[in-house]
Amino acid sequence: MSSISLNTGLVIASILFFLGFLGVMIRRNILFMLISVEIMLNAAGLAFIFAGASHNAPDGQVMFIFILTMAAAEVAVGLALLIQVYQKFKTLDSDAASNMRG
Amino acid sequence: MYDFLWLVPTLPFLGFLILALFGKKLGKTLSAFVGVGSIGISALITILIGIRFLSSPPEGDAFVQTLWTWIAVDRFNVNIALHLDALSLVFTFVITFVGFWIHLYSVEYMADDESFSRFFAYMNLFVGAMLLLVLGDNLLLLYLGWEGVGLCSYLLIGFWYKDSANGYAARKAFIVTRVGDAAMAIGLFLLFYSFGTLNIQEILTQAPQTWSVGNNLAVIATLLLLGGAVGKSAQLPLQVWLPDAMAGPTPTSALIHAATMVTAGVYLIARMHGIYELAPVSMFVVAIVGAATLLIAGFAGLTQVDIKRVLAYSTISQIGYMFLALGVGAWSAAIFHFMIHAFFKALLFLGAGAIILAQHHEQNMFKMGGLAKALPVTFWTFLIGSGSLAALPLVTAGFYSKDAIIWFAWSAEGGNIYLWAAAVFGAFITGFYTFRMVFVTFFGQQKIDVSHFPKWTIHVPLIVLAFFALFGGFIELPGTMGHFTLFSDFLKSALPAMEEVAHENVSLEYFSQILTAVLALVSVYLAYVLYLKKPQIVTNFTDTGFGKGLQQFFLSGLGFDWLYERLFIRPYVWIARTNKRDFIDLFYVFLPWMSRQFHYAFSYTQSGKVRRYILGIALGAVVSITIVVIL
Repeated sequence: MSSISLNTGLVIASILFFLGFLGVMIRRNILFMLISVEIMLNAAGLAFIFAGASHNAPDGQVMFIFILTMAAAEVAVGLALLIQVYQKFKTLDSDAASNMRG
Repeated sequence: MYDFLWLVPTLPFLGFLILALFGKKLGKTLSAFVGVGSIGISALITILIGIRFLSSPPEGDAFVQTLWTWIAVDRFNVNIALHLDALSLVFTFVITFVGFWIHLYSVEYMADDESFSRFFAYMNLFVGAMLLLVLGDNLLLLYLGWEGVGLCSYLLIGFWYKDSANGYAARKAFIVTRVGDAAMAIGLFLLFYSFGTLNIQEILTQAPQTWSVGNNLAVIATLLLLGGAVGKSAQLPLQVWLPDAMAGPTPTSALIHAATMVTAGVYLIARMHGIYELAPVSMFVVAIVGAATLLIAGFAGLTQVDIKRVLAYSTISQIGYMFLALGVGAWSAAIFHFMIHAFFKALLFLGAGAIILAQHHEQNMFKMGGLAKALPVTFWTFLIGSGSLAALPLVTAGFYSKDAIIWFAWSAEGGNIYLWAAAVFGAFITGFYTFRMVFVTFFGQQKIDVSHFPKWTIHVPLIVLAFFALFGGFIELPGTMGHFTLFSDFLKSALPAMEEVAHENVSLEYFSQILTAVLALVSVYLAYVLYLKKPQIVTNFTDTGFGKGLQQFFLSGLGFDWLYERLFIRPYVWIARTNKRDFIDLFYVFLPWMSRQFHYAFSYTQSGKVRRYILGIALGAVVSITIVVIL
């Protein structure tokens, strides 16, 4: 297995992160925003894996498992909120749920 | 016995607490027992301590009881400590003893009042505060008592608060005395600045070492203290509050505005005599204030029609005598006159109260008359009190105390013939307006039928006080008559004596005494002629334009209220009105206005749109990362 250099790996992770970030900013649909957040999390996880591999340490993988757990919890809360929003507004458009403006 | 000293001020405070907390539940009988009993026991303890003091004086002629530390900050140490020496013993005795009889009298006087227990609560609080004033061993404790009695005076003048005029009188008394108190507070700061302590004895021992005679600081400090004394004791130029203070119940006038509180200024100056002696200028000012006040108040007393206002002006005038005595350095003569004055003026006020009670609460003397037959005990005791006030020669106590002051006004170191002349003329006026009051009230035609015949609770205090007003003077006889100086010998341990200077010229002293005695008798006869025999002389005079104007001028207290109204009140009200939207407030209005603008700006960013927030986070992240990278 040919190893990929740390630099390349971090560039891939950043690209993935920005794709996710753009998705959160551009998308209106809450479901897609959630998916985009997941992509950002996975980008961060990927960065950890690369860093761990380049240092020959297991810490990166440990961190990834933490992130995975956290992501699962986050999705659970996020989906529950999503269902609530849909029941209340009959739409998944995030701009519709702007009742709490100052 | 001395160890029980702390009980003397504590008992009245305890009485106040019980009456204030449970007054409504106690009912009138129990309230009276608590209110009168607390003062009675205090008086009893005071008398026992006094006997002990006379028989075996404590070491250094003063007993100090330190109860606890009040304030201790760095060099600033103030104890709650009681200081008993001859001077404070005389005051304590008068406050508790005269106070007790006035309390007993009040039981009957206030019997029909719905706020019976409230009255006794205030009176007990007053006695407690007054005792703190005279027993406190440092100036801060004295000041606490000083403000305490001021508060009680305010509460009791406005006791019948449903009438707004009473509330006005109460506020006037409070505000006018506050002017003096502010000066006094500054004086205390100055003393602390100079000596680093507020303990009275320490100040008095340090003062001659720190200050030479005529030192500027000494003059300023004593003048500031005089400001406080002038306010409390209703002397020129702050005397305007006392006549209006007569709005309070009559026992209040007797206790607070005649016998005790208004003499607090005399006490203060006598107590601080050590620093006054270092400031001859201030002493002279004190004498001038006293002489001017006794004349002005005497003139105002000539035309009053309200019996209590006559007494109020006579009180101002008599305290003027005390200030005159203090000013010429006749310390013990001032204290002697204070004690005798407390007896006869309390007696006169209580007598006036009995008359007012008997005349359906009418206070205008000219609507009364012919009461001598209907109220014999009141008449005779009132006559004794009046005789004492007018200083009728030989038989009354007032003669001996006032004669001493008049003689010292001339012969003492700080005295001169002008002060003496003012005092003699003042004595003449006093006799005249006093007996004008007696003749108008008790003789002639009875105009209102008597509605209330006094019972023993009024008669006993009157008789006891009359006894002292008559015979109290025999403890101090002038040099020409036996030279019996029990009282000034007693005070010698606390106040410097001065008879060596005074008794050089015996024939002059005889002249002064005989002149005062004759003038007192002449004034009584003149009052008899003008108000009983031929009242048309007076009415003829007051019908002329000049007479009427003069009468109005005197009636208004020589126009001081008129003057102050224009000098102080109107400009003040004008400033307050024009500056309704306080310009200093502008700054404080600007502060909330600005924060509100910020609030609007930030609440605009709170759009409720999640994507905006994310944009905000992104921008923030970019900015902070940039900063980190650049730095």
